[in-house]
Amino acid sequence: MSSKKIEMAPLANEGLPLEERALFCDVPPREYEPARGVIEDFYNWARSQSLWILGFGTGCGAIELRPLMTSRFDMYRFGIQPRATPRQSSVFVIGGYASVKTLKRIVRSYEQMMGPKFVVALGSCTINGGMYWDSYNTIKRIDQYIPVDTYITGCMPRPEALLAGFQELKKIIRAGRAEGQNLYARNFEWYKENQKKVIKDWNMPDYNW
Amino acid sequence: MNELAERLARRYDAEGWHEQRKDLASISIPALRVRDVLAWLRDEEGYKHLSFITAIDNIERGVFTLTYTVRNHDTKHSLMVHADIIRENPVVDSVHLLWEQAWTYQRELKEWFGIDCPGSPRKDEEFVLEGWDQLPMMRRDFDSLAYSNATYAERPGRVTHDPAAYMKAQLYPEADQ
Repeated sequence: MSSKKIEMAPLANEGLPLEERALFCDVPPREYEPARGVIEDFYNWARSQSLWILGFGTGCGAIELRPLMTSRFDMYRFGIQPRATPRQSSVFVIGGYASVKTLKRIVRSYEQMMGPKFVVALGSCTINGGMYWDSYNTIKRIDQYIPVDTYITGCMPRPEALLAGFQELKKIIRAGRAEGQNLYARNFEWYKENQKKVIKDWNMPDYNW
Repeated sequence: MNELAERLARRYDAEGWHEQRKDLASISIPALRVRDVLAWLRDEEGYKHLSFITAIDNIERGVFTLTYTVRNHDTKHSLMVHADIIRENPVVDSVHLLWEQAWTYQRELKEWFGIDCPGSPRKDEEFVLEGWDQLPMMRRDFDSLAYSNATYAERPGRVTHDPAAYMKAQLYPEADQ
C-alpha cells in the first residue's frame, strides 16, 4: 500500500446540529502507512488469510452469503467468516442493489470499519445498476460512493462465484494492491460530494464515528 | 353477492359491480361516502378485515382511484371498494378510526401519491424514502428514468439487446443466413 500523506482541513460536520458537532471527530481519513519490506508482505499474507465479513446484507444478493456459511460451500475453510460489527470486520460485501436509504447505512458502516478494509461488490446492480437502471431510488454504481476492490458479476452470482471472488480478493491483498482504503482517503472530498449529492438528508458526521 | 351490490347501490350510489373471482369483487362509490360505506360494510355486512389500501393514478381521467380491500372471513369473500378523487386536490377521509392499521397505508399514500387523509396519525412523516424532495414518485407524471439519469452516475458501455433477437442469434446463428 502507498504511504502518501495528504493534509486536509478539519471536517465541518455541517449535517449535525451545532451542539452535537463537538461530540464527533473532525479528522478526515488517512492513508495507510505500510511497514517495511517483508514485514508488510507478512501482514498482507495474514490479512488475506483472515477475511472477516461485515454481516450486513445490503441487498437481495446477500442471500448468497448464507449458503457460503453452511457446510456445502463452507467459506470458513478459506479463512472467511462473518462478524457482527463493522469494528471487527475487514471485508464489506455489498450484496446487490443499494437504495439511497441503504447507501446511507453503507457509508456509515464502511467508515466505521477499521483499516485495512476491503470492499467486494456483488451482483450486476453494484456495477451498472442491473435491473434497476431506471429506478428513482437505486444508485447505479457503488464505486462512486465507496471504493471497491473486487466485483463479482451476476444476477445473482452463485456461491461458487463468490468463493472465486474472495480468492481473487486474497490475491490482490497478498500482492499489496488492495488500495480501496487509500483511494477513499485520497479522494475523500470527491466521494463525500457524490454521497451528499444523493443522500439529501445528510444528518450525520462527515467521517469517523 | 349481487344483493350486496344492490344494497350498496341503493344506500350509497355504488355502481360498477365487477365479479373478478368467486371470492373477489369490486365496486365503485363516491369518494365522499368512503367512511360511511366502509363502516357499514364492517358493522353490517361482516367485512371486518381491512386487507389493503392503495391508489391508482388514472392520469387520463385526472383522478386517483383509491382502492380499499376488505374481507369477510365468514363468507370468505373479499371486496375492493374503489373511489375516485381528483388529482389536483387529493384529499380523502381517514379510516383509521375504523381500522387502526389504516394509518400506515395512509402514510404511504401521502408519501407515494401525495394523497392526504386529514387526521391520520403521523401522515406527514417519512415512510420509505428519506429526504425526498421531488414529486411523489408513484405519480405517473414523475419521470423515474429522467430522474435516475440526472441523479445517479452511470457506467459507460452498457448496452441493451432485444432478448428474442439476441437469443436467436446465440442459439440459432444459421437461421439468419
